[in-house]
Amino acid sequence: MIIKGRVHKFGDDVNTDDIISAKYLVSTNAEELGVHCMESIRPNFARCVKRGDIIVAGKNFGCGSSREHAPLAIKGCGIKAVIAESFAGIFFRNAINIGLPFLEIKHINEISEGDYLEIDLSNGIIKNLNNNDVYHSQSFPEFLQDIIKQGGLMNYIMKQRKVRCIR
Amino acid sequence: MGYTIAYKILLTHIKKKRIAAGEFIEARIDLALGNDITAPLAIEQFKRYGVKRVFDANKIVLVPDHFTPAKDSRSANQCKILSGFAREQKIKNYFEIGYMGIEHALLPEKKLVLPGDLIIGADSHTCTYGALGCYATGVGSTDLARAFIDGRCWFRVPRTKRFIYFGKLSRWIGGKDLILYTIGNIGVDGALCEVMEFAGPVIGKLGMDDRFTMANMAIEAGARAGIIEPDEITLRYINPAPREYKVYHSDRDANYEKIYEYDISKIEPQVACPHLPSNVKSVSELKNIKLEQVVIGSCTNGRISDLRIAARILKNKKVKAGLRLIVIPATQKIYLEAIEEGLAEVFLAAGGVFSTPTCGPCLGGHMGVLAEGESCLATTNRNFIGRMGSPESFVYLSSPAVAAASAVKGRISHPDEVS
Repeated sequence: MIIKGRVHKFGDDVNTDDIISAKYLVSTNAEELGVHCMESIRPNFARCVKRGDIIVAGKNFGCGSSREHAPLAIKGCGIKAVIAESFAGIFFRNAINIGLPFLEIKHINEISEGDYLEIDLSNGIIKNLNNNDVYHSQSFPEFLQDIIKQGGLMNYIMKQRKVRCIR
Repeated sequence: MGYTIAYKILLTHIKKKRIAAGEFIEARIDLALGNDITAPLAIEQFKRYGVKRVFDANKIVLVPDHFTPAKDSRSANQCKILSGFAREQKIKNYFEIGYMGIEHALLPEKKLVLPGDLIIGADSHTCTYGALGCYATGVGSTDLARAFIDGRCWFRVPRTKRFIYFGKLSRWIGGKDLILYTIGNIGVDGALCEVMEFAGPVIGKLGMDDRFTMANMAIEAGARAGIIEPDEITLRYINPAPREYKVYHSDRDANYEKIYEYDISKIEPQVACPHLPSNVKSVSELKNIKLEQVVIGSCTNGRISDLRIAARILKNKKVKAGLRLIVIPATQKIYLEAIEEGLAEVFLAAGGVFSTPTCGPCLGGHMGVLAEGESCLATTNRNFIGRMGSPESFVYLSSPAVAAASAVKGRISHPDEVS
Protein backbone atom coordinates (compact mmCIF):
# COMPACT_ATOMS: atom_id res chain seq x y z
CA MET A 1 0.00 0.00 0.00
CA ILE A 2 1.27 3.46 -0.97
CA ILE A 3 0.52 6.57 1.07
CA LYS A 4 1.25 9.98 -0.42
CA GLY A 5 0.77 13.17 1.53
CA ARG A 6 1.95 16.41 2.98
CA VAL A 7 3.96 16.54 6.21
CA HIS A 8 2.74 18.08 9.46
CA LYS A 9 5.85 18.30 11.61
CA PHE A 10 5.89 17.99 15.41
CA GLY A 11 8.63 17.84 18.05
CA ASP A 12 9.53 15.31 20.76
CA ASP A 13 7.19 13.87 23.42
CA VAL A 14 3.89 14.64 21.69
CA ASN A 15 1.59 13.21 24.36
CA THR A 16 -1.93 11.83 24.26
CA ASP A 17 -3.31 14.95 25.96
CA ASP A 18 -1.89 16.94 23.03
CA ILE A 19 -3.37 14.52 20.51
CA ILE A 20 -6.84 14.52 22.07
CA SER A 21 -7.69 16.45 25.22
CA ALA A 22 -9.48 14.43 27.94
CA LYS A 23 -12.51 16.69 27.78
CA TYR A 24 -13.43 15.07 24.47
CA LEU A 25 -13.24 11.51 25.77
CA VAL A 26 -17.02 11.29 26.02
CA SER A 27 -17.13 10.01 22.44
CA THR A 28 -15.78 6.92 20.71
CA ASN A 29 -16.43 8.30 17.22
CA ALA A 30 -13.23 8.80 15.21
CA GLU A 31 -14.56 11.69 13.08
CA GLU A 32 -15.88 13.56 16.11
CA LEU A 33 -12.57 13.07 17.95
CA GLY A 34 -10.64 14.02 14.82
CA VAL A 35 -12.11 17.54 14.80
CA HIS A 36 -10.18 18.22 18.05
CA CYS A 37 -6.93 16.45 17.16
CA MET A 38 -3.84 18.38 18.43
CA GLU A 39 -6.13 21.25 19.42
CA SER A 40 -4.25 22.41 22.53
CA ILE A 41 -0.83 22.60 20.84
CA ARG A 42 -1.93 23.54 17.29
CA PRO A 43 -5.46 24.95 17.39
CA ASN A 44 -6.32 24.77 13.66
CA PHE A 45 -4.62 21.44 13.01
CA ALA A 46 -7.68 19.37 12.06
CA ARG A 47 -8.84 22.02 9.58
CA CYS A 48 -5.41 22.16 7.92
CA VAL A 49 -5.19 18.40 7.36
CA LYS A 50 -5.98 17.12 3.88
CA ARG A 51 -7.04 13.49 3.63
CA GLY A 52 -3.87 11.43 3.18
CA ASP A 53 -1.52 13.78 5.05
CA ILE A 54 1.25 12.46 7.29
CA ILE A 55 2.42 13.38 10.78
CA VAL A 56 6.20 13.44 11.29
CA ALA A 57 7.43 13.79 14.86
CA GLY A 58 10.46 13.35 17.12
CA LYS A 59 10.97 10.82 19.85
CA ASN A 60 8.44 9.28 22.26
CA PHE A 61 5.37 10.05 20.14
CA GLY A 62 2.09 9.26 21.92
CA CYS A 63 3.46 9.20 25.46
CA GLY A 64 1.06 9.49 28.39
CA SER A 65 -2.31 7.87 28.70
CA SER A 66 -3.68 4.63 27.24
CA ARG A 67 -6.56 6.36 25.45
CA GLU A 68 -7.09 4.65 22.12
CA HIS A 69 -9.01 7.80 21.27
CA ALA A 70 -5.59 9.28 20.38
CA PRO A 71 -4.83 7.12 17.31
CA LEU A 72 -8.57 7.21 16.52
CA ALA A 73 -8.51 11.03 16.48
CA ILE A 74 -5.45 10.99 14.21
CA LYS A 75 -7.23 8.63 11.83
CA GLY A 76 -10.47 10.57 12.16
CA CYS A 77 -8.96 13.87 11.04
CA GLY A 78 -7.65 12.30 7.85
CA ILE A 79 -4.01 11.52 8.70
CA LYS A 80 -2.95 8.31 6.94
CA ALA A 81 0.36 7.57 8.68
CA VAL A 82 2.62 8.70 11.51
CA ILE A 83 6.40 8.71 11.21
CA ALA A 84 8.47 9.30 14.35
CA GLU A 85 11.89 8.72 15.80
CA SER A 86 10.30 6.50 18.49
CA PHE A 87 6.84 5.68 19.82
CA ALA A 88 5.55 5.27 23.37
CA GLY A 89 4.60 1.70 24.31
CA ILE A 90 0.81 1.95 24.60
CA PHE A 91 0.47 4.18 21.53
CA PHE A 92 2.49 1.59 19.60
CA ARG A 93 0.06 -1.17 20.68
CA ASN A 94 -3.01 0.92 19.94
CA ALA A 95 -1.81 1.92 16.48
CA ILE A 96 -1.12 -1.73 15.60
CA ASN A 97 -4.43 -2.88 17.08
CA ILE A 98 -6.58 -0.37 15.18
CA GLY A 99 -4.52 -0.46 11.98
CA LEU A 100 -3.04 3.07 11.94
CA PRO A 101 0.17 2.81 9.88
CA PHE A 102 3.27 4.13 11.65
CA LEU A 103 6.97 3.98 10.93
CA GLU A 104 10.14 4.58 12.95
CA ILE A 105 13.08 6.35 11.31
CA LYS A 106 16.13 8.21 12.55
CA HIS A 107 16.17 10.95 9.89
CA ILE A 108 13.40 13.13 11.28
CA ASN A 109 15.53 16.30 11.01
CA GLU A 110 15.80 15.86 7.25
CA ILE A 111 12.03 16.15 6.81
CA SER A 112 10.36 19.58 6.95
CA GLU A 113 6.86 20.90 7.45
CA GLY A 114 5.00 20.80 4.15
CA ASP A 115 7.28 18.26 2.41
CA TYR A 116 5.52 15.66 0.27
CA LEU A 117 6.30 12.07 1.21
CA GLU A 118 5.53 8.79 -0.48
CA ILE A 119 5.45 5.79 1.85
CA ASP A 120 5.49 2.22 0.62
CA LEU A 121 4.08 0.28 3.57
CA SER A 122 5.01 -3.08 2.07
CA ASN A 123 8.75 -2.41 2.44
CA GLY A 124 8.87 0.57 4.82
CA ILE A 125 10.60 2.83 2.27
CA ILE A 126 9.81 6.55 2.51
CA LYS A 127 10.57 8.91 -0.39
CA ASN A 128 10.74 12.66 0.13
CA LEU A 129 9.29 13.98 -3.14
CA ASN A 130 10.67 17.49 -2.45
CA ASN A 131 14.32 16.44 -2.63
CA ASN A 132 14.21 12.75 -3.64
CA ASP A 133 15.78 11.63 -0.33
CA VAL A 134 14.96 8.06 0.66
CA TYR A 135 14.59 6.83 4.24
CA HIS A 136 14.34 3.20 5.31
CA SER A 137 12.22 2.34 8.32
CA GLN A 138 12.57 -0.89 10.23
CA SER A 139 10.11 -3.48 9.01
CA PHE A 140 7.72 -4.96 11.54
CA PRO A 141 8.22 -8.48 12.85
CA GLU A 142 6.00 -11.15 11.32
CA PHE A 143 3.56 -11.28 14.24
CA LEU A 144 2.72 -7.58 13.93
CA GLN A 145 2.58 -7.75 10.14
CA ASP A 146 -0.05 -10.48 10.46
CA ILE A 147 -2.20 -8.25 12.68
CA ILE A 148 -1.76 -5.31 10.30
CA LYS A 149 -2.63 -7.50 7.29
CA GLN A 150 -5.89 -8.53 8.95
CA GLY A 151 -6.75 -4.85 9.53
CA GLY A 152 -6.24 -4.87 13.28
CA LEU A 153 -6.23 -7.09 16.35
CA MET A 154 -9.94 -7.91 16.51
CA ASN A 155 -10.06 -9.22 12.92
CA TYR A 156 -6.88 -11.18 13.60
CA ILE A 157 -8.30 -12.81 16.74
CA MET A 158 -11.69 -13.57 15.23
CA LYS A 159 -10.07 -15.20 12.23
CA GLN A 160 -7.87 -17.33 14.51
CA ARG A 161 -10.92 -18.42 16.49
CA LYS A 162 -12.78 -19.38 13.35
CA VAL A 163 -9.82 -21.44 12.15
CA ARG A 164 -9.69 -23.16 15.54
CA CYS A 165 -13.43 -23.98 15.38
CA ILE A 166 -13.18 -25.48 11.89
CA ARG A 167 -10.25 -27.66 12.96
CA MET B 1 22.36 -15.64 32.92
CA GLY B 2 19.47 -15.44 35.39
CA TYR B 3 16.01 -13.93 35.00
CA THR B 4 14.40 -10.78 36.35
CA ILE B 5 11.12 -10.88 38.26
CA ALA B 6 9.37 -9.49 35.14
CA TYR B 7 10.61 -12.40 32.99
CA LYS B 8 9.69 -14.98 35.61
CA ILE B 9 6.13 -13.68 35.78
CA LEU B 10 5.78 -13.54 31.99
CA LEU B 11 7.18 -17.08 31.69
CA THR B 12 4.61 -18.58 34.02
CA HIS B 13 1.86 -17.16 31.82
CA ILE B 14 3.00 -18.68 28.51
CA LYS B 15 3.70 -22.18 27.28
CA LYS B 16 7.33 -21.55 26.32
CA LYS B 17 10.27 -22.31 28.61
CA ARG B 18 12.49 -19.37 27.61
CA ILE B 19 11.98 -15.81 26.46
CA ALA B 20 14.25 -13.08 25.18
CA ALA B 21 13.97 -9.30 24.93
CA GLY B 22 12.18 -8.03 21.83
CA GLU B 23 10.33 -11.30 21.26
CA PHE B 24 6.55 -11.24 20.79
CA ILE B 25 4.53 -13.51 23.04
CA GLU B 26 0.86 -14.22 23.64
CA ALA B 27 0.19 -14.66 27.34
CA ARG B 28 -2.69 -15.69 29.55
CA ILE B 29 -3.68 -12.84 31.86
CA ASP B 30 -5.00 -13.00 35.43
CA LEU B 31 -7.05 -9.79 35.38
CA ALA B 32 -8.29 -7.21 32.87
CA LEU B 33 -9.38 -3.73 33.94
CA GLY B 34 -11.33 -0.95 32.24
CA ASN B 35 -12.77 2.42 33.27
CA ASP B 36 -15.52 4.79 32.14
CA ILE B 37 -13.32 6.24 29.36
CA THR B 38 -11.62 3.13 27.98
CA ALA B 39 -14.14 0.32 28.60
CA PRO B 40 -17.00 1.74 26.46
CA LEU B 41 -14.75 1.53 23.39
CA ALA B 42 -13.80 -2.06 24.33
CA ILE B 43 -17.41 -3.08 24.95
CA GLU B 44 -18.41 -1.56 21.60
CA GLN B 45 -15.80 -3.73 19.84
CA PHE B 46 -16.70 -6.84 21.84
CA LYS B 47 -20.32 -6.47 20.75
CA ARG B 48 -19.52 -5.54 17.16
CA TYR B 49 -17.79 -8.88 16.72
CA GLY B 50 -20.84 -10.72 18.00
CA VAL B 51 -19.18 -12.41 20.98
CA LYS B 52 -21.77 -13.47 23.55
CA ARG B 53 -19.89 -14.13 26.80
CA VAL B 54 -16.66 -12.86 28.32
CA PHE B 55 -13.96 -15.48 28.93
CA ASP B 56 -14.26 -15.29 32.72
CA ALA B 57 -16.47 -12.76 34.49
CA ASN B 58 -14.38 -13.08 37.66
CA LYS B 59 -11.25 -11.86 35.93
CA ILE B 60 -12.69 -8.59 34.69
CA VAL B 61 -12.88 -5.38 36.73
CA LEU B 62 -14.82 -2.29 35.68
CA VAL B 63 -14.41 0.99 37.58
CA PRO B 64 -16.22 4.19 36.62
CA ASP B 65 -13.75 6.64 38.17
CA HIS B 66 -12.60 9.23 35.62
CA PHE B 67 -15.63 11.45 35.02
CA THR B 68 -17.66 10.27 38.02
CA PRO B 69 -19.96 11.13 39.66
CA ALA B 70 -20.98 11.73 36.04
CA LYS B 71 -19.97 15.26 35.07
CA ASP B 72 -22.46 15.52 32.18
CA SER B 73 -24.96 13.41 30.27
CA ARG B 74 -22.41 12.02 27.81
CA SER B 75 -20.13 10.75 30.59
CA ALA B 76 -23.24 9.42 32.37
CA ASN B 77 -23.96 7.46 29.22
CA GLN B 78 -20.45 5.96 29.26
CA CYS B 79 -20.96 4.87 32.88
CA LYS B 80 -24.29 3.34 31.87
CA ILE B 81 -22.52 1.26 29.21
CA LEU B 82 -20.22 -0.09 31.97
CA SER B 83 -22.95 -0.93 34.47
CA GLY B 84 -25.10 -2.49 31.74
CA PHE B 85 -22.25 -4.68 30.52
CA ALA B 86 -21.40 -5.72 34.09
CA ARG B 87 -25.01 -6.78 34.70
CA GLU B 88 -25.36 -8.60 31.40
CA GLN B 89 -22.02 -10.46 31.77
CA LYS B 90 -22.38 -11.04 35.53
CA ILE B 91 -19.16 -9.15 36.28
CA LYS B 92 -19.22 -8.82 40.06
CA ASN B 93 -16.20 -6.54 40.22
CA TYR B 94 -18.03 -3.49 38.96
CA PHE B 95 -17.77 -0.68 41.50
CA GLU B 96 -20.59 1.83 41.49
CA ILE B 97 -19.98 5.22 43.09
CA GLY B 98 -20.37 4.84 46.82
CA TYR B 99 -18.28 1.66 46.61
CA MET B 100 -15.93 3.07 44.05
CA GLY B 101 -12.42 4.40 44.24
CA ILE B 102 -9.74 5.47 41.81
CA GLU B 103 -9.00 2.14 40.15
CA HIS B 104 -5.30 1.95 41.02
CA ALA B 105 -5.95 2.54 44.70
CA LEU B 106 -9.09 0.40 44.72
CA LEU B 107 -7.80 -2.84 43.17
CA PRO B 108 -4.94 -3.35 45.67
CA GLU B 109 -7.26 -2.36 48.53
CA LYS B 110 -9.80 -5.01 47.42
CA LYS B 111 -6.94 -7.51 47.01
CA LEU B 112 -7.86 -8.09 43.39
CA VAL B 113 -4.19 -7.85 42.41
CA LEU B 114 -1.57 -10.09 44.03
CA PRO B 115 2.13 -10.90 43.68
CA GLY B 116 3.03 -12.95 40.61
CA ASP B 117 -0.07 -11.88 38.66
CA LEU B 118 -0.06 -10.77 35.03
CA ILE B 119 -2.49 -7.87 34.78
CA ILE B 120 -3.58 -5.62 31.95
CA GLY B 121 -5.62 -2.47 32.33
CA ALA B 122 -6.93 -0.05 29.77
CA ASP B 123 -5.38 2.78 31.73
CA SER B 124 -1.73 3.78 31.58
CA HIS B 125 -1.30 3.84 35.36
CA THR B 126 -2.09 0.13 35.64
CA CYS B 127 1.66 -0.16 36.28
CA THR B 128 0.87 0.89 39.90
CA TYR B 129 0.24 -2.74 40.95
CA GLY B 130 3.85 -3.65 40.18
CA ALA B 131 4.55 -2.38 43.71
CA LEU B 132 3.10 -5.72 44.86
CA GLY B 133 5.53 -7.76 42.77
CA CYS B 134 3.23 -8.47 39.87
CA TYR B 135 3.56 -7.56 36.19
CA ALA B 136 0.89 -4.96 35.51
CA THR B 137 0.78 -2.91 32.35
CA GLY B 138 -1.39 -0.35 30.57
CA VAL B 139 -2.98 -1.31 27.27
CA GLY B 140 -5.63 0.11 24.94
CA SER B 141 -9.34 -0.54 24.52
CA THR B 142 -8.89 -3.05 21.68
CA ASP B 143 -6.49 -5.05 23.86
CA LEU B 144 -9.17 -5.04 26.54
CA ALA B 145 -11.86 -6.14 24.07
CA ARG B 146 -9.63 -9.01 22.99
CA ALA B 147 -8.95 -9.98 26.61
CA PHE B 148 -12.71 -10.03 27.24
CA ILE B 149 -12.94 -12.68 24.50
CA ASP B 150 -10.12 -15.09 25.30
CA GLY B 151 -8.27 -13.82 28.38
CA ARG B 152 -5.07 -13.26 26.46
CA CYS B 153 -2.86 -10.39 25.39
CA TRP B 154 0.19 -9.90 23.15
CA PHE B 155 3.41 -8.55 24.62
CA ARG B 156 6.76 -7.51 23.27
CA VAL B 157 9.16 -8.85 25.91
CA PRO B 158 10.80 -5.77 27.49
CA ARG B 159 14.29 -5.25 28.86
CA THR B 160 14.64 -4.31 32.53
CA LYS B 161 16.46 -1.38 34.15
CA ARG B 162 17.18 -1.67 37.86
CA PHE B 163 17.08 1.40 40.12
CA ILE B 164 18.80 1.01 43.48
CA TYR B 165 18.16 3.60 46.20
CA PHE B 166 20.41 3.86 49.24
CA GLY B 167 21.26 6.41 51.93
CA LYS B 168 19.17 8.04 54.62
CA LEU B 169 15.56 8.93 53.90
CA SER B 170 15.30 12.44 55.35
CA ARG B 171 12.22 14.19 56.69
CA TRP B 172 9.56 15.04 54.05
CA ILE B 173 11.10 12.71 51.46
CA GLY B 174 8.86 9.93 50.21
CA GLY B 175 8.08 7.77 47.21
CA LYS B 176 6.93 10.77 45.14
CA ASP B 177 10.26 12.56 45.57
CA LEU B 178 12.21 9.42 44.66
CA ILE B 179 10.25 8.77 41.49
CA LEU B 180 10.29 12.44 40.40
CA TYR B 181 14.05 12.52 41.03
CA THR B 182 14.44 9.38 38.92
CA ILE B 183 12.31 10.65 36.03
CA GLY B 184 14.20 13.96 36.19
CA ASN B 185 17.40 11.96 35.84
CA ILE B 186 16.44 9.57 33.02
CA GLY B 187 13.78 11.61 31.15
CA VAL B 188 10.25 10.87 29.95
CA ASP B 189 11.56 8.21 27.60
CA GLY B 190 14.36 7.04 29.90
CA ALA B 191 12.84 3.57 30.19
CA LEU B 192 10.88 3.52 26.93
CA CYS B 193 9.08 0.17 26.52
CA GLU B 194 11.22 -1.28 29.33
CA VAL B 195 10.57 -2.45 32.89
CA MET B 196 11.75 -0.34 35.84
CA GLU B 197 12.68 -2.46 38.84
CA PHE B 198 12.92 -0.45 42.07
CA ALA B 199 15.22 -1.90 44.74
CA GLY B 200 17.71 -1.18 47.51
CA PRO B 201 17.60 -0.46 51.24
CA VAL B 202 15.49 2.69 50.89
CA ILE B 203 12.73 0.84 49.03
CA GLY B 204 12.82 -1.79 51.79
CA LYS B 205 11.92 0.93 54.30
CA LEU B 206 9.05 2.43 52.31
CA GLY B 207 5.48 1.52 53.18
CA MET B 208 3.12 0.21 50.50
CA ASP B 209 1.55 3.62 49.81
CA ASP B 210 4.94 5.11 48.86
CA ARG B 211 5.75 2.05 46.79
CA PHE B 212 2.48 2.37 44.86
CA THR B 213 3.36 6.02 44.15
CA MET B 214 6.70 4.99 42.65
CA ALA B 215 5.38 2.13 40.50
CA ASN B 216 2.49 4.37 39.42
CA MET B 217 4.79 6.87 37.70
CA ALA B 218 6.98 4.31 35.89
CA ILE B 219 4.85 5.08 32.81
CA GLU B 220 6.02 8.71 33.06
CA ALA B 221 9.49 7.46 32.08
CA GLY B 222 7.91 5.45 29.25
CA ALA B 223 8.14 2.12 31.10
CA ARG B 224 5.73 -0.75 30.45
CA ALA B 225 5.90 -1.77 34.12
CA GLY B 226 7.40 -0.65 37.43
CA ILE B 227 8.13 -3.56 39.74
CA ILE B 228 9.21 -3.98 43.36
CA GLU B 229 10.11 -7.48 44.57
CA PRO B 230 7.77 -8.60 47.38
CA ASP B 231 9.10 -8.49 50.96
CA GLU B 232 7.58 -8.65 54.44
CA ILE B 233 5.86 -5.29 53.96
CA THR B 234 4.19 -6.58 50.79
CA LEU B 235 3.08 -9.81 52.43
CA ARG B 236 1.71 -7.98 55.45
CA TYR B 237 -0.33 -5.80 53.08
CA ILE B 238 -1.86 -8.64 51.06
CA ASN B 239 -2.44 -11.21 53.78
CA PRO B 240 -4.82 -12.80 54.44
CA ALA B 241 -5.03 -13.11 50.65
CA PRO B 242 -8.31 -14.17 49.03
CA ARG B 243 -6.58 -16.58 46.62
CA GLU B 244 -3.22 -18.17 45.90
CA TYR B 245 -0.35 -16.01 44.79
CA LYS B 246 3.29 -16.53 43.93
CA VAL B 247 6.28 -14.51 45.10
CA TYR B 248 9.09 -14.05 42.57
CA HIS B 249 12.50 -12.44 42.97
CA SER B 250 15.05 -11.43 40.37
CA ASP B 251 18.05 -13.76 40.14
CA ARG B 252 21.36 -12.36 41.38
CA ASP B 253 22.83 -12.74 37.91
CA ALA B 254 19.71 -11.43 36.17
CA ASN B 255 20.25 -9.64 32.90
CA TYR B 256 19.69 -5.89 33.27
CA GLU B 257 19.84 -3.35 30.48
CA LYS B 258 21.33 -0.89 32.97
CA ILE B 259 21.64 -0.44 36.73
CA TYR B 260 21.26 3.00 38.32
CA GLU B 261 22.33 3.74 41.89
CA TYR B 262 21.02 6.78 43.74
CA ASP B 263 22.22 8.08 47.10
CA ILE B 264 19.11 9.92 48.25
CA SER B 265 20.51 11.21 51.58
CA LYS B 266 20.83 14.77 50.35
CA ILE B 267 17.86 15.16 48.05
CA GLU B 268 15.26 17.82 48.78
CA PRO B 269 11.53 17.52 48.08
CA GLN B 270 11.16 17.40 44.29
CA VAL B 271 8.81 19.33 42.01
CA ALA B 272 8.14 18.64 38.32
CA CYS B 273 7.61 21.93 36.47
CA PRO B 274 5.49 22.56 33.36
CA HIS B 275 5.10 20.87 30.94
CA LEU B 276 6.82 17.49 31.45
CA PRO B 277 7.13 15.14 34.45
CA SER B 278 10.89 15.09 33.77
CA ASN B 279 11.28 18.85 34.20
CA VAL B 280 12.20 18.30 37.86
CA LYS B 281 13.72 20.79 40.31
CA SER B 282 14.36 20.85 44.04
CA VAL B 283 11.66 22.76 45.88
CA SER B 284 14.06 25.45 47.12
CA GLU B 285 15.02 26.31 43.52
CA LEU B 286 11.44 27.45 42.93
CA LYS B 287 11.02 30.91 44.39
CA ASN B 288 7.83 32.92 44.10
CA ILE B 289 5.78 30.48 42.04
CA LYS B 290 2.34 31.80 42.94
CA LEU B 291 -0.48 29.26 42.90
CA GLU B 292 -4.23 29.55 42.30
CA GLN B 293 -4.96 25.89 43.13
CA VAL B 294 -3.56 22.90 45.00
CA VAL B 295 -4.88 19.36 44.42
CA ILE B 296 -4.09 16.51 46.81
CA GLY B 297 -5.29 13.14 45.54
CA SER B 298 -5.19 10.84 42.46
CA CYS B 299 -3.99 7.28 41.83
CA THR B 300 -0.50 8.58 42.59
CA ASN B 301 -1.03 10.25 45.99
CA GLY B 302 -4.61 9.90 47.24
CA ARG B 303 -3.96 7.17 49.81
CA ILE B 304 -4.44 7.43 53.57
CA SER B 305 -0.77 8.08 54.40
CA ASP B 306 -0.76 10.90 51.82
CA LEU B 307 -3.77 12.49 53.51
CA ARG B 308 -2.18 12.04 56.95
CA ILE B 309 0.96 13.91 55.88
CA ALA B 310 -1.11 16.72 54.35
CA ALA B 311 -3.33 16.97 57.44
CA ARG B 312 -0.32 17.09 59.77
CA ILE B 313 0.90 20.20 57.93
CA LEU B 314 -2.53 21.82 57.56
CA LYS B 315 -3.67 21.29 61.15
CA ASN B 316 -4.69 24.60 62.80
CA LYS B 317 -3.67 26.50 59.67
CA LYS B 318 -5.58 28.24 56.92
CA VAL B 319 -5.27 27.91 53.20
CA LYS B 320 -3.89 31.16 51.72
CA ALA B 321 -6.70 33.57 50.83
CA GLY B 322 -7.56 33.29 47.13
CA LEU B 323 -6.11 29.79 46.73
CA ARG B 324 -8.35 26.78 46.12
CA LEU B 325 -7.36 23.57 47.94
CA ILE B 326 -9.04 20.39 46.69
CA VAL B 327 -8.43 17.16 48.60
CA ILE B 328 -9.67 13.91 47.06
CA PRO B 329 -9.29 10.61 48.92
CA ALA B 330 -8.70 7.85 46.38
CA THR B 331 -11.31 5.35 47.60
CA GLN B 332 -14.49 5.21 49.66
CA LYS B 333 -12.56 3.35 52.40
CA ILE B 334 -9.86 6.03 52.55
CA TYR B 335 -12.61 8.68 52.63
CA LEU B 336 -14.18 7.01 55.68
CA GLU B 337 -10.80 6.59 57.38
CA ALA B 338 -10.06 10.27 56.78
CA ILE B 339 -13.31 11.17 58.50
CA GLU B 340 -12.72 8.78 61.41
CA GLU B 341 -9.17 10.04 61.95
CA GLY B 342 -10.29 13.66 61.88
CA LEU B 343 -8.33 14.42 58.71
CA ALA B 344 -11.41 15.55 56.79
CA GLU B 345 -12.10 18.08 59.52
CA VAL B 346 -8.56 19.45 59.27
CA PHE B 347 -8.94 20.01 55.50
CA LEU B 348 -12.37 21.59 55.84
CA ALA B 349 -11.39 23.81 58.77
CA ALA B 350 -8.36 24.98 56.79
CA GLY B 351 -10.67 26.16 54.02
CA GLY B 352 -10.20 23.23 51.66
CA VAL B 353 -12.66 21.18 49.62
CA PHE B 354 -12.97 17.50 50.55
CA SER B 355 -14.44 15.48 47.68
CA THR B 356 -15.77 12.01 47.00
CA PRO B 357 -13.24 9.80 45.11
CA THR B 358 -12.71 10.71 41.45
CA CYS B 359 -9.86 11.09 38.95
CA GLY B 360 -11.61 14.39 38.06
CA PRO B 361 -9.11 17.27 38.02
CA CYS B 362 -5.99 15.19 37.27
CA LEU B 363 -7.00 14.89 33.62
CA GLY B 364 -8.94 18.15 33.40
CA GLY B 365 -12.23 16.27 33.65
CA HIS B 366 -14.12 18.05 36.42
CA MET B 367 -13.84 19.00 40.13
CA GLY B 368 -11.12 21.60 39.63
CA VAL B 369 -10.41 22.44 35.99
CA LEU B 370 -7.95 25.31 35.44
CA ALA B 371 -8.56 28.67 33.72
CA GLU B 372 -6.14 30.49 31.40
CA GLY B 373 -3.01 31.71 33.12
CA GLU B 374 -3.65 29.75 36.34
CA SER B 375 -1.02 27.67 38.13
CA CYS B 376 -1.74 24.53 40.10
CA LEU B 377 0.44 22.34 42.27
CA ALA B 378 -0.92 18.79 42.23
CA THR B 379 0.11 15.48 43.74
CA THR B 380 -0.96 13.87 40.45
CA ASN B 381 1.27 12.38 37.74
CA ARG B 382 1.18 14.47 34.56
CA ASN B 383 1.73 18.14 33.81
CA PHE B 384 1.43 18.18 30.02
CA ILE B 385 0.11 21.30 28.27
CA GLY B 386 -3.61 21.61 29.06
CA ARG B 387 -3.64 18.46 31.21
CA MET B 388 -5.80 20.03 33.93
CA GLY B 389 -7.77 22.45 31.78
CA SER B 390 -6.80 25.49 29.71
CA PRO B 391 -3.81 24.99 27.36
CA GLU B 392 -2.59 28.26 28.91
CA SER B 393 -2.52 26.90 32.47
CA PHE B 394 0.51 25.56 34.36
CA VAL B 395 0.73 22.32 36.36
CA TYR B 396 3.45 21.49 38.89
CA LEU B 397 3.75 18.02 40.46
CA SER B 398 4.90 17.26 44.01
CA SER B 399 4.41 15.17 47.13
CA PRO B 400 1.45 15.76 49.49
CA ALA B 401 3.81 17.45 52.00
CA VAL B 402 4.94 20.11 49.53
CA ALA B 403 1.37 20.49 48.24
CA ALA B 404 -0.05 21.09 51.75
CA ALA B 405 2.69 23.58 52.68
CA SER B 406 2.21 25.40 49.39
CA ALA B 407 -1.54 25.65 49.98
CA VAL B 408 -0.81 27.53 53.23
CA LYS B 409 1.79 29.85 51.71
CA GLY B 410 0.02 30.42 48.39
CA ARG B 411 3.24 29.70 46.51
CA ILE B 412 5.42 26.61 46.03
CA SER B 413 7.00 26.09 49.45
CA HIS B 414 9.19 23.69 51.41
CA PRO B 415 7.24 21.90 54.19
CA ASP B 416 9.80 23.27 56.69
CA GLU B 417 8.47 26.77 56.02
CA VAL B 418 5.17 25.99 57.73
CA SER B 419 6.05 23.42 60.38
